[in-house]
This record gives sequence, C-alpha cells and structure tokens, in this order.
Amino acid sequence: MTDTQQTKIQVRNLSKVFGDDTRKALKLRDEGLNRAQILEKTGQTLGLSNINFDVREGELLVIMGLSGSGKSTLIRCLNRLIDPSEGDIIIEGENIPQLNEKALLQCRRRHFSMVFQNFALFPHRTVQLNAEYGLEIRGIDKAKRAETAKNALKQVGLEGWEDAYPSQLSGGMQQRVGLARALANDASVLLMDEAFSALDPLIRRDMQQELIELQHRMKKTTIFITHDLDEALNIGDRIILLRDGEIVQIGTPEEILTRPADDYVARFTEGVDRSRVVTARRAMRPVRSTARSEDGPRTALRKMVEHSLDSIYVVDSERKLLGIVEAEKADEAAKAGKDSIMELIDKDFPSVGPDEPLSTLYSMFSAKSYPIAVIDEDSRLLGVVVKGAVLEQLAEAGDA
Amino acid sequence: MDFDIPRIPLGDWIEGGLDFLTSEFSGVTRAISRTTQAGINLLNDGLMWLPEWALMALVILLCWKLSGRRLAIGALLGLSLIWNLGLWNPMIQTLTLVVIATLVAIIIALPLGILAAVSDRFYKVIMPILDFMQTMPAFVYLIPAIPFFGIGSVSGIFATVIFSMPPAIRFTTLGIRQVPKDLVEAADAFGSTRTQKLVKVQLPLSLPTLMGGINQTIMLALSMVVIAAMIGANGLGSEVWRAIQRLRPGEGFEAGIAVVIMAMLLDRLTQSFSGRKKGK
Repeated sequence: MTDTQQTKIQVRNLSKVFGDDTRKALKLRDEGLNRAQILEKTGQTLGLSNINFDVREGELLVIMGLSGSGKSTLIRCLNRLIDPSEGDIIIEGENIPQLNEKALLQCRRRHFSMVFQNFALFPHRTVQLNAEYGLEIRGIDKAKRAETAKNALKQVGLEGWEDAYPSQLSGGMQQRVGLARALANDASVLLMDEAFSALDPLIRRDMQQELIELQHRMKKTTIFITHDLDEALNIGDRIILLRDGEIVQIGTPEEILTRPADDYVARFTEGVDRSRVVTARRAMRPVRSTARSEDGPRTALRKMVEHSLDSIYVVDSERKLLGIVEAEKADEAAKAGKDSIMELIDKDFPSVGPDEPLSTLYSMFSAKSYPIAVIDEDSRLLGVVVKGAVLEQLAEAGDA
Repeated sequence: MDFDIPRIPLGDWIEGGLDFLTSEFSGVTRAISRTTQAGINLLNDGLMWLPEWALMALVILLCWKLSGRRLAIGALLGLSLIWNLGLWNPMIQTLTLVVIATLVAIIIALPLGILAAVSDRFYKVIMPILDFMQTMPAFVYLIPAIPFFGIGSVSGIFATVIFSMPPAIRFTTLGIRQVPKDLVEAADAFGSTRTQKLVKVQLPLSLPTLMGGINQTIMLALSMVVIAAMIGANGLGSEVWRAIQRLRPGEGFEAGIAVVIMAMLLDRLTQSFSGRKKGK
C-alpha cells in the first residue's frame, strides 16, 4: 500500500473491438467517434478503448463497472482468453499480445490463475483433483501436486473435503475450491472474475473478509472484477472504475468516495454507506493532552482543567497507552491526598487501529462517553476520535 | 419440336466408380475381408466356447450390476426363451456381428466426431455426408458390399458400419460442443494444450452424450445386421430370411422375437451404463 511497490503488469493503450474490421473501428475511434456511433457505422462493438494502468506487486486491484462496461473483456485480455485488438500488456518483460501460442501457454501457466463467476469447477473431478488441475497440466509429479493441492485446500478451509465432488458442495464451498485451484497453481497473478457475485450476501461478506486476510498473508497480486461498488470499496487496495470500455477513475476507495473524478462517479457512489470506507485516521484528532504514568492525581487534574477534558489518557514514557482517568476520580483522589494515578486508571477503554472504518467506531461509544483511542501496532497513542467527529465526517462525505 | 433430353447416366457413373474401386483396391478389400473374417471367427468361437448357461449367467450378472433386479430377471426370461427356441447359435452370430460392426464404427467415428467438434469447416463438410448416409435406404449399401467383399458376413459388417456410424459421429461432436463454455475457458486459463483440454475436460464431460451415440449405433447395427442376411450374413436375420422364403410366419416371428429381446437387452445395458457415468 506504499508507493515504493514494484509494478507487476503494465497495460498500455489496450483496446478491443468485437468485429471483423477492427482497424476501421479504431480509426473512427481516433477520429473522435464514440461507442454508439462506431456501432452504428460499422456494426462493431468497441469493447475497450485506450486502457492504461499499472498493477502493483502484491496489491488487490479491483476493476469495477456495470455490465457492459468491459470489465470481463479487460480481465480476459490480460491472459488472452480474448485477444486484444491493439495495445501492450507487459508482465516481467514479456508483451502478452505478441506471444505465440506456445509462449502464451507458458505465460498463462507461470503468471495467471483464474477464479470464475460460476466457479467453473470440473464436475467429473473430485475437489482434490480440481485443485490439482493447474499443476497436473504443467507435468508436476503426482506426490508433489497432491501435497500442494492439499495445502491450498487447507488454506481455504476445505480440509477433509478432498474426495467430494463439486456437486456435493454448497456455492460458497465450491468457490473455495475455485480459489484453491487458483492458489495451488502458484501463478504470480490471481485473476478473479466476479468471483463472489454468484454467492448469497452473507457468504459473500465472509468470502470477502477471507480474501482480504488471505491476500494480506500471501501478498499475492490480485485483480478482482466486480459490478458491486460496496464489494470494490470493501476489498480493494485500489479501484479502477470502468464505463463504456474506458477508465473513468483510478484510486483508493477513499479517493473514489471523497474525490470522485466526475459526476458519473459521484452519482455512482451516492448510495454507498460511507461509514464503511472512511477510516478512523480521517476522523482522528490529535490528543490535546495526556497524563504520564508517574503523574499524581493533582497534575492530571490540572491538565484536564487546562484543556477542558472530562477524562485523560495515561501513557508511559514510550507513549504506550495504559488507560484512562476520569476527572471526578482524580479530584476525589487529590482530596484524599493520594500520590499516584495508576490506581485510578480505567483499563476498559475503547481503542482501534487507524484503518478501522467509521462504521465499527460508531458502536464503540459507550455509556462512559470516553473518546475512542486510535493506537498503532505497538499500542502507542496516535490520536482520539470523539463522537462529534464521526458524525461530522459522515455528514461531510455525504455532501461530496 | 421433339427434344429428347438425354437421361443423366447417374447410375452408370456410380457403377463405373465402384468398378474402379473394386478392381484397383482389390488388394486392400481382400485384406480387410480377411482380417474382419478372422475377427468374426475369433469372437464367435469364443462366445460359442462358453457353455450357454455360463454366458447367460454372465449377462444376467451384468444386468444386475449395471441396472438392477428387473433387468436381470428380464434377461433370464428372454435368454431362456431364445435358448428354448433353439435360436442360441444364431443369436451368438448376430451378437458377434453387432459387436464387431459397432467397434469398427466407433473407432472410425470418434476421431471424426472430435474433428468436427473442433473444426467448423470440417463440421460443415461432414454433416451433409452424414445426412446422406442416414437417409439412403439401408438396402442400397448391400449392393456395393458384394463386389467389395463377396457374399457373407464381412459384406454385412461393411454395410452395417456405414449405416450405424453417423449417430456416433454426431453425438461425439454434440457432446464436445455442449461442454459448458466456462469450463473450456477454465481449462484454457490454466494453460492447457489442445490435447490436454480434450482429454482432461472435453471428452470426460461429453461421455454421457457419447454413450448415447454408442447406444444408437448399437441399435442401428442390430437392425442392419438382420437385414444383411440378404447378402449372406449369418445369424437371426438369416433365420428370418429363410422363413420368408419358405413362407413360414411362425419361424419368422420366433427369430424376430429373439431380435427384439436382444435389442432390449443391449439398449437397457448401454443406457444404464451411460446413466451411471452421468450420476457421478
């Protein structure tokens, strides 16, 4: 998710015309005609026009668009299940559109494995043999491929189902097999074509979550196609928005929502539940003041009064968060003449990571009305989120 | 004004062509004739060598395993009747011809069917030929068979193969073309070669349809083998033929009923076989 990531695939000037005289259609396109005009004049469909983007190593890139936007065509151009009409697709120095048949087979085996919308499992093969398919056709020896496939099935939680046939599994499990078949192959790029669209919503959510975790663990470069904006925003590191065969916007989920490239994107994102996308980092405020663990109740109380706080977070010398102290308790302790605030600390405080979406934060505001602490991996305090800031963020995003 | 439109000598041309084939390829036809006859003899002797009860038990067991008790009982009754009527040996001869004709037909049909499935051009060429083969009255094939292979069972097989092959080709093509597109795409996406795609995905998935084709071929072969008695093929057909010549309807029906029993057994057996495969 950093900018230092290497580029895995470069797509340059990629276009696809469905028809017999592609050159004519492309020429008209260059003269400025749009999709509908070209269709009318030549009877050919301009499926993709002048697509440019990079896929970064290890990212989960979502290509999102409505039906007819060309997203399925685009993903199929990458491994040339559909031959592009013009343009370059460069992966590790190889230009895919120019490969001959033999080199293309090798390229597909080495670089691409694919998960399909309707699973496309081989019904005559067991789960195990489905998962082995990619290895089998590459001529990997039997013991090795059995082991690799078993591991892949384990990864997707299908241990013990090796001897079942696909027809005996539920939709969600079938797609796990599809995923295992792709993972076992250990190609460098995972292509997922509407992989979860055929699943019912609950299972879909689970699968999305698992994919995110899996992807985090394995750092597998993944290109995910979907028509569902919620899904795109939920799983994508970056999103490419496609309309009528052209790219409308490329950006992170937050960028797409908060800075839509045009009216189309803005309208598109209108219905989205922003609270799931905007993160704690965005709503977070710097901490006005913290108490130190060695502070006495009097000092803590003074800091609270100074910054007009009801409670104060207590950190150690490394800014690690220890707990929270309420003003009332500090006041009582000060009157009782106690020296340390450590015994006043309430350890039951809400805390989140900076990438937590606002939707989870909202439910965390407790009766005690502590602000939510935003902490990093070493539990150092980065900032706090107060209830008002969350509402403000949601309202602000709503106006965008 | 008396135009005399000359009759097109279509028949003469065909005969000329057949004569040419017979004389030029007599070596080939004789070799085919000899191997086929040897095959017929071998299989026939093998089936005859088994005692009646052993073969009967084998068939009944097969029926039981593949289909169930009902077919097994049917087989017991049917085969007993044939045996009782003294038609056991002719039945074996007919079975031999059917088996060999079907095998030859499948061996030729399978590659042609596959080719027609993967090549649109070949598909366009072969489909009218298949139509021709199927609509031409079956008897017509008997005539050229005689100059090629002489009177007897080999000629019968030749005519039977031509008559019964088309469904095997059609169903193979159909089966492969019916394999869901996304499965073919999946096979491609993982980098399968054409052969791998065919052997690992397309053929196994078209097996039920393919078995349907084989079933049809067997049925057609059986009907043709009976007709082929007219050019000297042995078996139940020649029993019928003899009954016709002697005007003995009773004997004719006996042999005819034996053919019906065979047909039903072969049909149910092959059908249950393809059904089993589908269920998996």
